[in-house]
Amino acid sequence: MSDDIVSDIKRDYIVNLAKQGQRYDGRAFDEYRPISIETGLISRAEGSARVRIGDTEVVVGVKMAPGEPYPDTPASGVMTTSAELVPIASPDFETGPPRPASIELARVVDRGIRETDTIDLEKLCIKPGEKVWMSFIDIHVVDYDGNLFDAASLGAMAALLSAKVPYARFELGADQPMPINHYPVSTTAIKLGPALVFDPGLMEDKVGRPRLTVAHDEHNAIRAMQKGLIGGFTLEEVKEIIATSKVKAREMREQLVKVTGREADARNTKPGH
Amino acid sequence: MKPPPGLKLIDENGRRMDGRRPDELRKITMKAGVLKRADGSCYLEWGNNKVIAGVYGPREVHPRHDQDATQAIVRCRYSMSPFSVDDRKRPGPDRRSQEISKLLGEALSPVVLRQMFPRTAIDVFCEILEAEAGTRCAALTAASVALADAGIPMKGMVASVAAGKIDNTVVLDLRKEEDNFGDTDLPVAIIPKTGEIVLLQMDGHFTDDEFDVAMQYSIDACHQIHGMQKQALREKYLDAAVEKRMSEPAESEVML
Amino acid sequence: MSQEQREEAADIVVPGDLLDDSGRLKPGFNTYKEGANIFALRLGVRQMRGDQVSVLALSGRYDPQRNDLIIGTILEAGPSIWIIDIRAPSPVTMHVNDVPWKVDFGETTKYMAPGDTVLLKVAFVDEIKKIQLTMKDRACRKLSGGLVFEVAPSKVPRIIGRGGGMTNVIKTATNTRMFVGQNGVIWIDGEPQDVALAMAAVRKVESEAHTSGLTDKVKQFLQEHRRSGMEQLKRASLEKEWSSWG
Repeated sequence: MSDDIVSDIKRDYIVNLAKQGQRYDGRAFDEYRPISIETGLISRAEGSARVRIGDTEVVVGVKMAPGEPYPDTPASGVMTTSAELVPIASPDFETGPPRPASIELARVVDRGIRETDTIDLEKLCIKPGEKVWMSFIDIHVVDYDGNLFDAASLGAMAALLSAKVPYARFELGADQPMPINHYPVSTTAIKLGPALVFDPGLMEDKVGRPRLTVAHDEHNAIRAMQKGLIGGFTLEEVKEIIATSKVKAREMREQLVKVTGREADARNTKPGH
Repeated sequence: MKPPPGLKLIDENGRRMDGRRPDELRKITMKAGVLKRADGSCYLEWGNNKVIAGVYGPREVHPRHDQDATQAIVRCRYSMSPFSVDDRKRPGPDRRSQEISKLLGEALSPVVLRQMFPRTAIDVFCEILEAEAGTRCAALTAASVALADAGIPMKGMVASVAAGKIDNTVVLDLRKEEDNFGDTDLPVAIIPKTGEIVLLQMDGHFTDDEFDVAMQYSIDACHQIHGMQKQALREKYLDAAVEKRMSEPAESEVML
Repeated sequence: MSQEQREEAADIVVPGDLLDDSGRLKPGFNTYKEGANIFALRLGVRQMRGDQVSVLALSGRYDPQRNDLIIGTILEAGPSIWIIDIRAPSPVTMHVNDVPWKVDFGETTKYMAPGDTVLLKVAFVDEIKKIQLTMKDRACRKLSGGLVFEVAPSKVPRIIGRGGGMTNVIKTATNTRMFVGQNGVIWIDGEPQDVALAMAAVRKVESEAHTSGLTDKVKQFLQEHRRSGMEQLKRASLEKEWSSWG
């Protein structure tokens, strides 16, 4: 695809600006584009969210159904995360089976939720060893303008927070809100020349490397990380990203909690495991 | 399939479950130009159906052997998101969506001036975010708006709707229960400008007379939908013009 | 809807709209004739010039025309060719014979290498839309420095303006060098601050291309932002409204 070749003039312009402490759209290095979160738009899904960061847009749906638990965790619900980089979102996305890029995206979002015990999977057990709730988080990217990781993670969290466990539909009792333990939020920075910029826009995504995604929970603990793309960070750079990420994640969590109206729960969460 | 006892699809006054008359459409809203990256796009809500259509092209054809040396090919990809239906659908194309994709591409091709762009593809992507009967018609209607929004030269638009039969009554635009428990489904698309029928499928049972009524309902409705399509395209530019006019004085006050 | 809005809406036509049934008008660009009737072929603004009715397109990809001056990006270099992205449906091959330098076999990258941005001319487009490019024109050269960015090709006529008027307004006010390719690729060079302001002005023209009195609006915009400085300008570009689907 012709889009893979970035003209040297564009690359130089973006990198030179970064050297002077500036970004091509005028943002500060740690500044996000406007973020919008909307939940409950897909009535057929148990939970759903539409998230926009600038012009990047994802729709996330959570579907739930009773199923068999894994033999090694007979009393735990099951969660699966998938991402589709559907070709409507970018001229660079192609039809066909998931490619490494969408698999990485799904796995990073998955890790940010699974390894943080975000969902209280034990509460999603219906009958130990026989029946548990299976949760499918499906991420649909509809417009790609940079920084998919944060949009997808935020979308997944918003969809989960808005989800209702559909007991009634399966004649198992009354619907209940999705049991949530934690509020992890991912933030992503990319290296542009000497600068570390957060929420990379499309051009920055194409020019910058490497990239680091960090998830923090509501107690400011680091809960998941992923370094991607060719190139390396110094330890100081990693620490700098983590420090800024903590602040940014807190801001985004406030917005998340406000939109989904689950503030009360957030105060009740326990630190750590 | 027979409706479960107690579910009446049509009442004694000839009204349907949602109060519609037999020849009445569900609520439809459309918005053109909702995506940044796509060359043209449309978001459409039709009852509980939610569809985004996006168009890319004319652009290079991959794989190469699909290309036509004399004209553009119009390719459509109809795809249901996993969360669009009650039971999660596995991502990726299945036989149903591949068949629909083929038919939608074929329905759109006749309006596009394909000979203007030899050896290229015009790709139309229809993402069904939520499904509630009539998704292919909703997708086709949105796709036509997205093509126009992309600036693709076309002789006209394509509008689509389904008709059917429930409790021995011909009705327009089936909702989910009517589709599940009704007797007949007839998705139709026409080019409103010429009246040509570019999509026609049917399953169930119709007499000749019932078919005539169903087609008349559909054709009338397609003209109505065509009006909404035109309005959606006009509004994209109208909104922009009005917004600018209204925001300008305020903006300059801030600056000074 | 106010009267003014209604008038503006009436001028916007969609494919298949009837433009004239009097039989007295001639079909212009982006229209077609059936019997005595003329219809719109594309989404755009209805336009009359003399006895000709046409549609000024509001969107669409670049459709190369002979003698277009354009900006391209080198994608690949072969021993005697370059493959160039000019935002046409497919990349275009340019042969060493079509550049003003004598290039030895296998030495193409000494002149232009992948990632380079070049100003080119469309020499020829045949009936099946095969494109021939040339750099054998005084205006053509390799560009360096500055910034390149893309706009909708359908907006290029407004960005250039009548007789280059709009571009000149922007260049003068921002003290930049600027070239607008017919394919919607724009190159601007100058102080970073000035380049950013010029780009913002171009974006303004792009988004308001279908409205009237644009030159005055742009002049005012440039004047205001020269005073208020970069900070505010950048803020404004970010503060886009959350557009709801519904």
